[in-house]
Amino acid sequence: MSMWKYANPKLFMGWTAPILPWLFGAAFVCLVVSLVWGFFFTPDDYRQGSTVKIIYLHVPSALMAINAWFMMLVASLVWLIRRHHVSALAAKAAAPVGIVMTLIALLTGAIWGQPMWGTYWAWDPRLTSFLILFLFYLGYVALWAAIDDPDTAADLTSVLCIVGSVFALLSRYAVNFWNQGLHQGASLSLDKEENVADVFYLPLLVAIAGFVLLFLALVLLRTRTEIRARRLRALLIKEGRSNA
Amino acid sequence: MIAVIKRDLLLAVRAGGGFGLGLAFFLIVVVLVPFGVGPEQAILSRIAPGILWVAALLAALLSLDRVFALDFEDGALALLATSPLPLEALAISKAMAHWITTGLPLTIVAPLLGFLLHLDAEAFVYLFGGLLIGTPALSVIGTFGAGLTVGLRRGGLLMSLLVLPLYIPTLIFGAEAVRRGALGLDALVPLAMVGAITAGCVAMLPFATAAVLRMNLR
Repeated sequence: MSMWKYANPKLFMGWTAPILPWLFGAAFVCLVVSLVWGFFFTPDDYRQGSTVKIIYLHVPSALMAINAWFMMLVASLVWLIRRHHVSALAAKAAAPVGIVMTLIALLTGAIWGQPMWGTYWAWDPRLTSFLILFLFYLGYVALWAAIDDPDTAADLTSVLCIVGSVFALLSRYAVNFWNQGLHQGASLSLDKEENVADVFYLPLLVAIAGFVLLFLALVLLRTRTEIRARRLRALLIKEGRSNA
Repeated sequence: MIAVIKRDLLLAVRAGGGFGLGLAFFLIVVVLVPFGVGPEQAILSRIAPGILWVAALLAALLSLDRVFALDFEDGALALLATSPLPLEALAISKAMAHWITTGLPLTIVAPLLGFLLHLDAEAFVYLFGGLLIGTPALSVIGTFGAGLTVGLRRGGLLMSLLVLPLYIPTLIFGAEAVRRGALGLDALVPLAMVGAITAGCVAMLPFATAAVLRMNLR
């Protein structure tokens, strides 16, 4: 017995069904708690005023935008190496969620940037690399949509995901070279002395937990939908053959 | 390998438009820009590196759909796949043929178009050098994109969406080298980065191209 047995579609459907409501519930609780706590019970920043509170949406969504791509990369590798269909479908399911996360990060950043930097958009390395990430997501989803045969689509998008990851990383560091940053450094890291002040730190952690849970719940739900769609497709093909 | 390159080159020349179209496109993009931004010399010479590189990217992109598509349609690609030549070698020969028909002519013509855009005299070396070592990367990346979309009926538009983001690093370093050259700064670092990207792409991407071709031919 290994963990791979859970990738069997039937077992996958079995174990995801009961945990899905819990995941959604936990995500909801975390998000409500962190947003209410963050918006109403933390002080305004002395320089940024109340705009600092956008951090509770901006940082977690940006984090998840990158991690969603990373998850797709891992799922693509699993598909290419071990040919688990659920893996390919999970990668497919994660992409639109990742797009939305990227968009939330870009939009909240723009809304925050207008009062703080005096501009909605700057060609800053971080902003630019997020825009590039967004383009990669678009290409990935478009490729899935364009190919009829599901296995070929899974193969090709997996290769695209791997090549795209390399180039996305390359672009991330290339844009550093190309323009100086306006964006502040990392707000959270494990190895740094100085992080965001504690008042903001705790609700932010809860918000991140909420986004992670929400992402997991959405991806599982979408994967289940994909599996059902795949089963439906198989049934329809069978039906068509028996009619002919 | 050499036979494949020769065959592609002959096809490009005899079918017409192989060398010419990409160049003509390059020329027209560069000519259109002054109409868009106005004829002032200062502005033009400032944006010239970017325009020339972007136009080169687009010209390289434009000719990509013929790299595999025609061979795929008439079955020649399936024959080539069953030949003793490994698909990786086929991928690299195709990229090479694409480079000779688009990248190389673009590189040679680009300095001439630099005059049109009042590019600073010091920058010409970097423009030429950057394109010379950068365009092979464009061809190799583009071949990958072409292989990815070869089985699709309307792959052209999708391919540009897939390929152009992959061109970003090359564009950044290539245009930066010319810009630094024009300002009299040290342009060796971006040039070296362009070379590194090309070397990495040539070394690794043919494997990915061969993999996607196998998937598409299955």
